[in-house]
Amino acid sequence: MKYEAVIGLEVHAQMLTDTKIFCGCSTKFGSEPNTQTCQICIGMPGVLPVLNKKALEFAIRTGLAMNCRISAYSRFARKNYFYPDLPKGYQISQYENPICEHGYIEIVVDEEIKKIGITRIHMEEDAGKNIQEGAGNYSFVDLNRTGVPLMEIVSEPDIRSPKEAAEYMKKLRTILRYLGVCDGNMEQGSLRCDANVSIRPIGQKEYGTRAEVKNINSFKFVEKALEYEIKRQIRVIEEGGKIIQETRLWDSNKGITESMRSKEEAHDYRYFPDPDLVPITVEQKWIDEIRASLPELPDVKRGRFVSEFGLPEYDADLLTSEKAVAEWFEETVRSGGQPKAVSNWMMGDLMRLLNEENKTIEECPLKPSQLADMLKLIDKGTISGKIAKTVFDEMYKTGKDAEAIVKEKGLIQVSDEGAIEKAIDDVIAKSPKEVERFKAGDEKLLGFFVGQVMKAMKGKANPRMLNEILKKKLT
Amino acid sequence: MNISIDHLARLARLSLSDDEKKLFENQINSILSYVDKLNELDTSNVEPTSHVISLSNVVRDDLPGTSLGREEALMNAPDRTDKFYRVPKIIE
Repeated sequence: MKYEAVIGLEVHAQMLTDTKIFCGCSTKFGSEPNTQTCQICIGMPGVLPVLNKKALEFAIRTGLAMNCRISAYSRFARKNYFYPDLPKGYQISQYENPICEHGYIEIVVDEEIKKIGITRIHMEEDAGKNIQEGAGNYSFVDLNRTGVPLMEIVSEPDIRSPKEAAEYMKKLRTILRYLGVCDGNMEQGSLRCDANVSIRPIGQKEYGTRAEVKNINSFKFVEKALEYEIKRQIRVIEEGGKIIQETRLWDSNKGITESMRSKEEAHDYRYFPDPDLVPITVEQKWIDEIRASLPELPDVKRGRFVSEFGLPEYDADLLTSEKAVAEWFEETVRSGGQPKAVSNWMMGDLMRLLNEENKTIEECPLKPSQLADMLKLIDKGTISGKIAKTVFDEMYKTGKDAEAIVKEKGLIQVSDEGAIEKAIDDVIAKSPKEVERFKAGDEKLLGFFVGQVMKAMKGKANPRMLNEILKKKLT
Repeated sequence: MNISIDHLARLARLSLSDDEKKLFENQINSILSYVDKLNELDTSNVEPTSHVISLSNVVRDDLPGTSLGREEALMNAPDRTDKFYRVPKIIE
């Protein structure tokens, strides 16, 4: 029998505020343990939490970008459970009346656009961190993260394959980064993903029993964990078994999901409205202001890169996956670079050099205008495309302008017909056998001659002229 | 209304002796039956109340305040190391 997967994702995104969601403690990552806490976030009796306005704004911003309805009335609830990383004995979260509902985002899979529904986005506080390393028969607890603001973004069960899930995660991350509400760093835990997975025979309407897969903490693992879980469920059913509704933990070392029996008992959270936090009624005026401040979002930008700059979809997609990359591209085009040429250089040489040093585009030693100026030198015929590679690497290394490098290193392209002819004659004279073979029909050898002449002229020959003269001489 | 004392104790991470279970079960059930009197009221036309004061939108700006020092934060911990709270091993 053929099965299809039904997947819904719950994504926790840490919001980029300076302070925690209900108190003024810092949210800085990587500080000394237990130095960023106060009476409010470690749950001392008698304290009063107050909502961080920026966190609320970020949640609304995200909701608007994901086509959600912003709730006119929203409130916080207590989710009760006991765990050492949760000092109050409850997590402040939202249950009924979350801040955003009924949205969607679009992903592209196999060149088709697919809508993935967003059920809800709600605000909540993060818990602390348990540390096992070096703790022997104990666990250590660091409460710095307690109270750091999170958004939980819950998708509809619209996802049908691990690949779609990965695309959804990528798109979500891109949008969050465009909005500046989350840095999207999965390795540092600022973006975390749990998945609800079930399978059903193709054609069946009812959902199968689902398992929740937790701990998918890297982009690499989104697809792997889901592929494993789907295979596991198919195997269980084909062997005549039943899927149990349970929480399973993804183990990236073993590459499998494992049942987490210890969590089962705890699914009785006894939510109730938090009496310490008053309800939120967001004014339309504020929503309008936030909407007006949204940046151009990735889908719109991608479309514009195709229509305005005539770029292929592939280029537009890559260039708009990061806002800063898209801005760098546009700045280069504004400085006079021809769009497709700029795209080629950025996706090729620039990304290669940045990746080698693990740098982001923000840390790029080159200015957009420097690439544009170099491209102008190619257009004018001052340097060849081949020489430009050398110039580009040098520009990247030293930060000098292309023109200065060309002058310094004597890299100006030779378009002098006589000089090219002479170099060609020398090569032909030195290679009688190759000439014979070429004339006998081995046309692949043209590349050999071009290479030899270029070598003799230190790569500076005007390639168009070289080709033309060479062909004339050989026939 | 009856409540399972075992379930409640597990949620609260408490281990109770049989005598304690009997004692608390009786006490909790008598509290619940007292409160149960409220169910005699017809509330079918009343919105559930989540807050008793008519206040909304109390927010603060995203500005840093003062945190406790580590020593002060860990002062009341029943068990600790230099830098951490220390708790029984959490096994998954």
